[in-house]
Amino acid sequence: MHEIAVDIKNIRKSYSGTRVLNNISLQIFQGELFGFIGPDGAGKTSLFHILTSLLLPDNGSAVVAGYDTVKDYAQIRRIVGYMPGKFSLYQDLTVEENLKFFAGIFKTTIHENYALYKDIYGQIEPFRKRKAGQLSGGMKQKLALSCALVHKPQLLFLDEPTTGVDAVSRTEFWEMLKKLRDQGITIIVSTPYMDEAALCDRVALMDRGQLMAVDAPANIIRAFGQPLFAVKSDKMFPLPQALAVIEQTKTVYRSGEFVHYLNNQADFDPARIEDQLLKLGHAGITIRRIEPTIEDCFMLLMQNPLEVETN
Amino acid sequence: MKPVIEVHNMVKKFGDFVANDNLTFSVNQGEIFGFLGANGAGKTTAMKILCGLSKPSSGVIKVAGFDVYKQTEQIKRNIGYMSQRFSLYNDLTVRENFRFYGGIYGLSGRQIKDQTDKLLSRLGIIQSADKVLRDIPLGWKQKLAFSVAVMHKPTIVFLDEPTGGVDPVTRRQFWELIYESANEGITVFVTTHYMDEAEYCERVSIMVDGRIEALDSPDQLKKTYKSASMNEVFLKLARAPKVVI
Repeated sequence: MHEIAVDIKNIRKSYSGTRVLNNISLQIFQGELFGFIGPDGAGKTSLFHILTSLLLPDNGSAVVAGYDTVKDYAQIRRIVGYMPGKFSLYQDLTVEENLKFFAGIFKTTIHENYALYKDIYGQIEPFRKRKAGQLSGGMKQKLALSCALVHKPQLLFLDEPTTGVDAVSRTEFWEMLKKLRDQGITIIVSTPYMDEAALCDRVALMDRGQLMAVDAPANIIRAFGQPLFAVKSDKMFPLPQALAVIEQTKTVYRSGEFVHYLNNQADFDPARIEDQLLKLGHAGITIRRIEPTIEDCFMLLMQNPLEVETN
Repeated sequence: MKPVIEVHNMVKKFGDFVANDNLTFSVNQGEIFGFLGANGAGKTTAMKILCGLSKPSSGVIKVAGFDVYKQTEQIKRNIGYMSQRFSLYNDLTVRENFRFYGGIYGLSGRQIKDQTDKLLSRLGIIQSADKVLRDIPLGWKQKLAFSVAVMHKPTIVFLDEPTGGVDPVTRRQFWELIYESANEGITVFVTTHYMDEAEYCERVSIMVDGRIEALDSPDQLKKTYKSASMNEVFLKLARAPKVVI
């Protein structure tokens, strides 16, 4: 069950003196839906390029499905599917021509593995004579995914497939990924959207070339290890400043309709939040202890957490 | 409260395709207005009209008091615009970027210097003023781009997915800048795919298939659509859009 699909050891990469990957080591198991979660500049794309044999690491090694990404690059290219972050199909070819082109490169046909991507390609099949450049964003994405699946890859790499995509289409895209995972394909996906971490079997949280955590989302949340409070009042604009002056405050930041509050003291009494807000004339106060989200965990793990403003 | 964007029955057609189907709404001075919708719902089309870059097919629309048919140059002078994609010039220094945009907006040399110093001090990176933008960390670039977009003190600033791909800490710092500007009276018109950011807006409109399907405060929208979060509201309204052929 826990067969290793990707084994990354001490990978480092710099571009003209700037380190973009700093000693990355981790393993991805076969049949997993694995997510690299991090903002722009985390190093996600560089790592994907190394794993798909498109870029050489400065240090370290990576083995994908038993093949070394440097020595065995030709084998790797045959067994992985890769959907880059930037739309990179041929805009002046039709939908069908693009798919045929990729099938040809991989020495297969559209029909051979059709069952695998039927549900996805089926949605754009009515437009098969349309040039790829004239498709809507969502349709381009489905075509790119179909092309990445045409040779029935063992592993599928998707670099930020949902960036700039609306919440509805993102939900649908993740449903497609789960179905592919259930058909036995190892799926490795990157995203800047923290809420998508919960949809992965395991995730790596990355920031500025560093791996901050690798685990199942539930375990990362469990490791947060300190009480987090969600606070709301009738004056949301000055609320973070009002709470920042409480003694031993660790961080205060907005999170949706609430402000999230962390104190350094393990036995912190949330009644102090209420006292402080009443003193400053706030009304309609709600204070709840909540379970952190992956985003809360990410912020706690970041090297320079949000500085508490005390002006 | 004074409306600074007034839209009455705005229609925009491309051939037979109706991209904006009879939009009517207004945005008040100093308001933070969230403009949400699925990809292809018609947001970009509407924003282009409001920025004076495209003309509507019909409707009465005023931006900062100016008519979108005849007074587009006045509109452009009174708004700021920032998107995730179109940003600053990488091969100019921070200060040069401010000087360039300040010049475009017709500020005097004195005004450019004062505004540059003020905005850079507010961001706390005055010491990096003469660094080439390429060497500035990503998160800072977004905050600088915002500062440039408001340096001429526009009536309205349009932000098109300003926080895409930005780390969660910087994203929040960015919203603090938005709050500060709104507090100074600048109207903020913002699109985003982060539903937690929809909560930071005073009012939110949600476009579906060219129409405004809902427009209210986040609290009221959650009540109306019996949802726990704006994400849920959005999914309920925007799910299963018609296939565009």
